[in-house]
Amino acid sequence: MLKLQALRKSFDGFVATNGVDLELAKGERHAIIGPNGAGKSTLFNLITGHLKPDSGSVLYGGEDITGLAPHTIVRKGVSRSFQHTNVYPKLTVFENMQAALIAHHRMEYRVFTLASRLFRSEALELLAAVGLEEDADRTAGTLAYGRQKQLELAVGLASEPNLLLLDEPTAGMSAAETRHTIDLIGRIVEERGLTLLFTEHDMNVVFGIADRISVLYFGKILVSGTTGEVRSNPEVKRVYLGGGGHGAA
Amino acid sequence: MRRRPLGVALFVVLLALVPQFAERWVIDLFTEILIYALFALALNLMVGSGGLISFGHAGYFGIGAYAVAILGTKLGWPFPIVFVAVVLLSAAAAGIIGFFSVRLSSIFLSMLTLAFGQFIWALAHEWKSVTNGDDGFLNLARPEFALTRPSFYYFVLGTVVAGAGILWLVVHSPFGRILVSTRENPLRAEFMGVDVKRVQVIAFVISGIFSGIAGALFALFNRSVFPAIAWWSGSAEVLIMTILGGMHSFFGPVLGAGVLLFLEREITQYTQYWPTVLGLILVVVLFAFPDGLAGVTKLARLLPGRKKR
Amino acid sequence: MNAALIITQFLNGISSGMNLFIIAAGLTIVLGVLRILNFAHGALYMMGAYICFSLTRGIMGMTGNFWLAVAAATLAVGILGLVVERVFLRFLYGRDHTYQLLLTFALVLIFGDIARFVWGSNVLSVPFPPGMNGATNLGIVQYPTYRIFLSLAGVTIAAGLWYLTQKTRWGRQIRAATQDREMLAALGLNVPFIYASVFFLGSALAGLGGALHAPTVSLVPWMDAGVIVTCFIIVIIGGLGSLWGALLGALILGLLDAFSSVFIPEIKIALIYLLLMTVLVVRPWGLLGRPGSL
Repeated sequence: MLKLQALRKSFDGFVATNGVDLELAKGERHAIIGPNGAGKSTLFNLITGHLKPDSGSVLYGGEDITGLAPHTIVRKGVSRSFQHTNVYPKLTVFENMQAALIAHHRMEYRVFTLASRLFRSEALELLAAVGLEEDADRTAGTLAYGRQKQLELAVGLASEPNLLLLDEPTAGMSAAETRHTIDLIGRIVEERGLTLLFTEHDMNVVFGIADRISVLYFGKILVSGTTGEVRSNPEVKRVYLGGGGHGAA
Repeated sequence: MRRRPLGVALFVVLLALVPQFAERWVIDLFTEILIYALFALALNLMVGSGGLISFGHAGYFGIGAYAVAILGTKLGWPFPIVFVAVVLLSAAAAGIIGFFSVRLSSIFLSMLTLAFGQFIWALAHEWKSVTNGDDGFLNLARPEFALTRPSFYYFVLGTVVAGAGILWLVVHSPFGRILVSTRENPLRAEFMGVDVKRVQVIAFVISGIFSGIAGALFALFNRSVFPAIAWWSGSAEVLIMTILGGMHSFFGPVLGAGVLLFLEREITQYTQYWPTVLGLILVVVLFAFPDGLAGVTKLARLLPGRKKR
Repeated sequence: MNAALIITQFLNGISSGMNLFIIAAGLTIVLGVLRILNFAHGALYMMGAYICFSLTRGIMGMTGNFWLAVAAATLAVGILGLVVERVFLRFLYGRDHTYQLLLTFALVLIFGDIARFVWGSNVLSVPFPPGMNGATNLGIVQYPTYRIFLSLAGVTIAAGLWYLTQKTRWGRQIRAATQDREMLAALGLNVPFIYASVFFLGSALAGLGGALHAPTVSLVPWMDAGVIVTCFIIVIIGGLGSLWGALLGALILGLLDAFSSVFIPEIKIALIYLLLMTVLVVRPWGLLGRPGSL
């Protein structure tokens, strides 16, 4: 489904990504863990087209998508959430969903239709899938942080993706919100047959969702394998304060 | 929302009655307000919906005006063809300027729109063989169906209402929603699959077209055109109209146009420092009521549980 | 092809470029550090020119000495900028960029009227400083002495700014601010002081540019319009926040203007915009800018 080959990226001499190789099978749930500053967000940006790599390639479903514009890559079925919530703060929850659906159905250039009635049922259905249907008319910026992340997830699903990239989906959440999110993500990925790539600091979340884990250490993949393999790997224990609970925050 | 169409229709009917009951200077004032209302509505597609602050919109206004003067009067082309030319020329200018202006962030957009607007002024001023430079054009011919004062008023009213209707449709269309999303969070819009730059250029073009039409109407109204029409102070005025009226409301700019033109008429009788008044109005609006006059009236009608947009 | 003509135009380009650099440097510093686009920068330039005019006329008991006038104008405009920053802009820092833009735009309108009110709409001129209103013999050409001075002044200012930004503690701080503004407060630096001092410097440079330019131009209340547009073009071509970029951009523009004025005046303006558009397509972050600084 997704294949990264020898991906390299530096900023002004600082090497953020140092030859990353990674392969994801369809339907796989893959977590990337590593200390802060190891380059997880950069990696995501390279996959989604927000950054162009200095060298190396990104293959999606066999197709080379290296360096394509973000909106093109999204259209191919790659969807992403952000570390800090990234909704439209002054629009309502419903309007946030509607905008995503309009974009997905390629109606953004339609000028002679009234938008207010479009995609009502689809929007409400997606909101229900993440548990936000009661908040449809609330201004997105006023939602609690955890619920904003749920909205982001719903918006990400509107584009009917095959590959979902989640950047620290439970960052800043309480224990209860985190449990809820783990269930939600697991359920959604299962129901829709999605391939999932996510980064996390909370090892409970990682072990709760992932099939395979890669450890990213300062731009290079240190270890890649099943959760069991990685858990017992002495290298991993050495560089990343592993074990249960939160990692280096 | 449901009482809106009725209110608007009533408003248009009242406007249509103006030539029947009012003196000549009132008809002229209303004609001018209508023209600037269209100009401000066109600008607000970019400013209010798109979050793109253009400081050079007087350029498109000028292009429309000069098209009428050069093609209509100097070359004698029939009026419908001139109209089409106004649309095409403003669209082309806005498309080109828009393409270059959206390449960078919003700060640069402001710089570039000002620069390109001044470029259009420079063209009007320097290209004497085509534009007559500072001498401009006088005694422009009006279309045959708009030769009297009332008939010209109705011509303007009809055009402005049609233009406003189309702009309303655009703002409330799927395109309008996506444009708003590019204003709210361009990164998120990009990740939704939207080609943000292309959407913004399209907004530029639509905005430019109706600004050009307004400019054409203005040229016919004054029956003259001079390079000053494209000077950046014209861009400033229409921008302040939009903000004063309220950029987050559709009809706000119309209100802003009316209030500002009326104020200008009154105040310039007493002082030659109208730009300072303009500047002060802008400062007051920015600090005191950023949602403009429309925002103030919305506050007055605020129902419990209703949110401001 | 006349060698004297070419050399003259070359020197013209350099001298006007150097003068433009002084003004554009102020704009780019403020833009780079504070991320504020000061539309009123051209108006500050104009104020510098007008204040220099008044002071060379011997107002308030001053001797009318040109050099004192320039220094005083620079200081006055710097203070004017400082007042603007402390009284108005300060309140808009947290808000949308739009507000800052519109506020400085409002100031353009107001400053223009102040100029009209105090100095009138008639064309005014400032005399050359004594000893500089002639020409110097450079061998092949006789070249106006004052313009040579302008070029040297520009070089001196460039060197001074280089020293200021590279070798002083203050300079290090504002360079850090250009890279990462959020870090400043975290590092315990006095952010309001940095912002105010940067704005003071930027405004003072505008005033200095205006005062120095004054003997070579006609003073009218709308002289700021051409300057601000030129500054915008220079900053975009050269690269946001880059002083060397401003120098390069200013020199390019100055030379382009000088040569096309003589050989192809009809398309001079079109050439400048063509250059701008080319840069925007090929290297949008400017010739010496950094891609991330958009």
